[in-house]
Amino acid sequence: MNIHEYQAKSLLGGYGVPVPEGAVAYTPQEAQRVAERLGGSGFAVKAQILAGARGPAGGVRLVTTPADVRECAAALLGSALETRQTGGLAAPVSRVYVERAVNPDREMYLGAVVDRTRGRVAILASGEGGSRIEEDQSRAPVERVHVDPDQGLTSEQAEALAARMGLAGEQAAAAMRTMTGVHDAFMDLDASLIELNPLVVTRGGDLLALDAKMSFDDNALFRQKRIADLRDAEDPGALERARHGYNYIKLDGNIGCMVNGAGLAMATMDMIRHEGGRPANFLDIPPAATREQITAAFRTVLGDPDVAVGLVNIVGGGITRCDVVADALAAAVRAGGRALPLVARFEGTNRDIARNALRDRRIDFEACDSLGQAVARAVAAAGGAR
Amino acid sequence: MAVLVNAESKVVFQGITGAQGTFFADQAMAYGTRVVAGVTPGKGGTRHLHVPVFDRMAEAVEATGADVAAVFVPPAQAAQAMLDAIHARVPLVVCVTEGIPVLDMVRVKRALEDSDTRLIGPNSVGIIVPGACKVGVMPGHIHSRGRVGVISRSGTLTYEVVAQTTHAGLGQSTVIGIGADPVHGLGFVDCLELLLDDPETEGIVLVGEIGGDEEEAAAAYLAKVRPSKPVVGVVAGLTAPPGRRMGHAGAIIAGGVGDAAGKVAALRDAGVIVPESPARVGAAMARAL
Repeated sequence: MNIHEYQAKSLLGGYGVPVPEGAVAYTPQEAQRVAERLGGSGFAVKAQILAGARGPAGGVRLVTTPADVRECAAALLGSALETRQTGGLAAPVSRVYVERAVNPDREMYLGAVVDRTRGRVAILASGEGGSRIEEDQSRAPVERVHVDPDQGLTSEQAEALAARMGLAGEQAAAAMRTMTGVHDAFMDLDASLIELNPLVVTRGGDLLALDAKMSFDDNALFRQKRIADLRDAEDPGALERARHGYNYIKLDGNIGCMVNGAGLAMATMDMIRHEGGRPANFLDIPPAATREQITAAFRTVLGDPDVAVGLVNIVGGGITRCDVVADALAAAVRAGGRALPLVARFEGTNRDIARNALRDRRIDFEACDSLGQAVARAVAAAGGAR
Repeated sequence: MAVLVNAESKVVFQGITGAQGTFFADQAMAYGTRVVAGVTPGKGGTRHLHVPVFDRMAEAVEATGADVAAVFVPPAQAAQAMLDAIHARVPLVVCVTEGIPVLDMVRVKRALEDSDTRLIGPNSVGIIVPGACKVGVMPGHIHSRGRVGVISRSGTLTYEVVAQTTHAGLGQSTVIGIGADPVHGLGFVDCLELLLDDPETEGIVLVGEIGGDEEEAAAAYLAKVRPSKPVVGVVAGLTAPPGRRMGHAGAIIAGGVGDAAGKVAALRDAGVIVPESPARVGAAMARAL
């Protein structure tokens, strides 16, 4: 789960991470009032979306007067922002963050993430920051340390990172306090990512996090009530998952995919593409889904006007039974009202019961014995390879 | 032969009194697995499914000589159950639980470093040696004892591949689901080492998917050892749409690996047979053997 910059800054501020003064605004008028309250002669107006690389996409603007802030906010609010990190879609901007502009002397980078290969939390730091940090690694390599969960971030590790950031004396000490705050927030709040990019040294010599990103482990939200309450309707899929218990992603093809398990669902999509067809969606029905949830998922797929054929690929096993899925399919087809060709392949637990149940209910479908056959038939029914 | 478990393995089900624990312990028993005890804190001294239930893993091990722990405990308590089994020095822990907080797994992984325990999972289908021992959630009847070792990060895609090798008349020596979670126990390379060493295993299927670097690590390992046994690979997610992401740290730490096309290329470079379609894994292995 992702949260907005202003929320991340508020949380991290509580862990001693230095952040500029600012406040969120939902209207241009509100944005102007925030600027008037902050005072001074420079403001940053920042679109709040749940993805990064906003600066190069025009989502961060620097202005000098509260009236300019209002004008900027009016332009950003209600617009949609596409950045290198929004996955090809534009993200709607429903709020902006207004803060006092800072004149940075130097930009740096500080991050924390779980390194899956090592199975430990890694703290990353670089003496250069900005949105091209990944590409710039040959020029400014990112230093990383792995934290032993029994020991926490050691002062030796923090010193090494501060040195890589090119800091000494009081600035190094401030950076080490910031790292400790980032590490403690990460562990306390079950974060999956914290990023201060850029973390700057101001002209006055102070450390300040100009931007802050935080993502959280969905699996830990049950014990992070305060974080779970920050869940945003703009986080694509997150609310859907929470409400329905399945993962659905709309794509641009015409073969509606109804598959259990993410790996098999991806493999099925790969095969459709390989055969020259185009999947209309990704759908993964997890084992714990109820009959009602599966019905709702199938109705979503079959209700998509772009879908020309439904492809059912279910491998029963564990607590997933083919006959339960077949019941849900029958209910979804009955409720849908639109007669679509259906290709169904069942394998594993109660495969034959599932097929018979569909026939008993007079659901018109083409039964296939193998994945390869099912995909080939679905692609043909959808109009063939193109 | 086979690896990690066999017909003599004595299995304790942690969480045996829960709905999932009961269901899968019962299925394992019906399959012929030697389930010798259960562990549910607070229910020690009772019996369930005709086996004794203990409060702690150490008590179960002392009473039964068990050497495998099967963790069927809900996500919030699963790490504690794994730590309990690690402290009891159980040689093999198999965790099927999905949805464990990743920082809990970081702590479990740390405890494993100081132990001789091996962990399969979490979020794994488990492990099966067909006809001998089933510790997991896989449907037993699609398996047949045979020549192919299967190592998988996936769930239902594993069953697909197993069914293909069964239909091809090859059968399986051992099927290991290493699990789909980012932080987990045994990896592809650990399992490859075991199966390459196993005389019953004549060929190996690797079932991978997008994300992480397990496939790349397996490719590097295979390129180094150049095994005489054929390895067939499948990587799900070649056509997965790019997701939204936050920031840079994930990409920096991954160092530019993780997409399916890159994984396929790395595996092919290492001599792994990657068929164009995941439906042809069984056929590809039959040809290679």
